[in-house]
Amino acid sequence: MIFAIPLAWLQLIREKVRLLVALAGIGFAVILMFIQLGFRDALFDSSVRLHQALEGDIFMMSPQSTALIALDSFSRRRLLQAEGVPGVESVTPIYISFALWKNPADRSTRSIQVMGYDPSQSIVSKDLLPDSEALKLRDYVLFDRDSRPEFGPVAELFEEKGYVTTEVAGRRVTVGGLFNLGASFGADGNLVTSDINFLRMFDRDPGLIDMGMIRLDPGANVDKAIALMRKDIQDPNGDVLVLSKDEFIAFERDYWQNSTAIGFIFNLGAGIGWIVGMVIVYQILYTDVADHLAEYATLKAMGYRNRYLLSVVFQEAVVLSILGFIPAFFLCIGLYQATENATSLPLQMTQERGTFVFCLTMAMCVISGAIAVRKVQEADPADIF
Amino acid sequence: MTAATDPIISIDHVSHYFGSGRLRKQVLYEVSARVDPGEVVILMGPSGSGKTTLLTLIGALRSTQEGSLRLLGEEMYKARKSQLVRLRRNIGYIFQAHNLLNALTARQNVQMSLDLHPNLTAKEKKTRSLEMLEAVGLLDWANYYPQELSGGQKQRVAIARALVSSPRVVLADEPTAALDKQSGRDVVEIMQRLARQRGSAVLLVTHDNRILDVADRILQMEDGRLSTVQREEVIA
Ligand SMILES: Nc1ncnc2c1ncn2[C@@H]1O[C@H](COP(=O)(O)OP(=O)(O)OP(=O)(O)O)[C@@H](O)[C@H]1O
Ligand SMILES: [Mg+2]
Repeated sequence: MIFAIPLAWLQLIREKVRLLVALAGIGFAVILMFIQLGFRDALFDSSVRLHQALEGDIFMMSPQSTALIALDSFSRRRLLQAEGVPGVESVTPIYISFALWKNPADRSTRSIQVMGYDPSQSIVSKDLLPDSEALKLRDYVLFDRDSRPEFGPVAELFEEKGYVTTEVAGRRVTVGGLFNLGASFGADGNLVTSDINFLRMFDRDPGLIDMGMIRLDPGANVDKAIALMRKDIQDPNGDVLVLSKDEFIAFERDYWQNSTAIGFIFNLGAGIGWIVGMVIVYQILYTDVADHLAEYATLKAMGYRNRYLLSVVFQEAVVLSILGFIPAFFLCIGLYQATENATSLPLQMTQERGTFVFCLTMAMCVISGAIAVRKVQEADPADIF
Repeated sequence: MTAATDPIISIDHVSHYFGSGRLRKQVLYEVSARVDPGEVVILMGPSGSGKTTLLTLIGALRSTQEGSLRLLGEEMYKARKSQLVRLRRNIGYIFQAHNLLNALTARQNVQMSLDLHPNLTAKEKKTRSLEMLEAVGLLDWANYYPQELSGGQKQRVAIARALVSSPRVVLADEPTAALDKQSGRDVVEIMQRLARQRGSAVLLVTHDNRILDVADRILQMEDGRLSTVQREEVIA
């Protein structure tokens, strides 16, 4: 029956208003799912942005640290010990803390994440942080131009004048350059500065650092180096944790996914969208079948099999899911763009999420179809005479 | 296949019951009858006498409970469901309500019945549907939807749909009930003429005395029992 009349399609387009309602309902569900899953992933991605940017092979932190926003410090000596492990090229102590930043335009204050390290070494790629020369000067900092806009028009001011002065932690500082990292769920904005400036700002014990970055010689075996460090430094002392870069990223992501309600909340939101969509599609398909019951019974009396009628309902379900998905998909690309601009969170349509939500939509429609299809069995041709 | 002299429908002591247990009610009592190829038979009888029930049994829409019912030589008593569905494809149905598919045009409605016969190309199916609509005088209405047609026109589309695949048997249950006198007459005449041309047997249930002259034979159903009557008796 290849050339058969496409009954499912013709029935769908015959009822224009119903079709539009159905598509709007499905589109709504699709958008809800995209937004929830998009936000969830954006938050997770943003939380590991710094981790991904750091150009180290092995990282060291305190076992008491749970996430970037809840770092515990550990002894700098442990990191220096790692310098002696074969294959290690360099180690970089990193200080991280939050401080109040004064918006240079309107003088309002906001908490910003500050990172301090020895500026003669680089910790992220040149693309992100092209020039750290300014950090050699006293009380100079670099400002993350992808920070949230509440910190003020720092990038614009800097490009205009070549420097910006403001206060951080009650201390006068000069922004002597810009870099790109981006806001995360935990930090709305970022500053980097030299270790010396950092210690001036925060009055901390220089022997206690928050994070250690270790770089290996090219071609050195990472696993071997980690194993050695664990055996010689981590295990005997118990006051540091040695992680590969992947483990370091996974550690942070795991915190946001499993130790906060974020994952659950957004999954729940997406789940609700899915169920709402399913109910809408079910309603539409059920009414459609009910309206056509006498016609379906007629088809059965003509010799059409039950299977044919079931396939009509499922075709309608599949067509609805595709037609509902497409406009919502493109709308979401725009929504993501707008959200990214408004929140500085990394929010993009990925092929993975697109496919996932499409499959969810398809499942949503087909499951409702499977429930609605039971009504078709009621079409008894013996009753229509 | 059956020889030309074999009946197209043969009914032998068929009884039928509705409900079960204490509510079980017999509606057909040992009905026996036969319809030969090309014959036009009218079935009359008061309301509730079991005419529709008999028609749905012949049309393979219900399972035969008792007795023997053969359609095109195939026994339907104890036949499997799939066999019944297949048998339905040899029957043209015309219902009291037209039961056209509202989402389809007149031509597409007619074509639905050809879609069950997969050895035709799309083009052939279309031409044959249009020819059939022309035969019922509705060629100009081929692209109209059922809502846009009058009651008589819809019933004529239903006839076209029932006859387009040249079925061996046409079953019609009060096809003129919803129509005025003239369109009722037209519809029955079209039906009779086309069935004759194609050699299809017709079994027609009606209350309408004015159309009895199209019949070769008249059967009378009373309280689930069948008897043959003469035309003159009914008209008198
Ligand atoms: N599905 C059913 N369940 C139970 N009883 C039924 C059912 N269908 C019909 N009956 C009963 O069977 C009897 C015969 O019904 P049937 O519809 O065959 O009569 P009919 O001769 O076609 O009447 P009419 O001229 O009014 O259409 C009636 O008493 C009816 O109430
Ligand atoms: Mg009846």
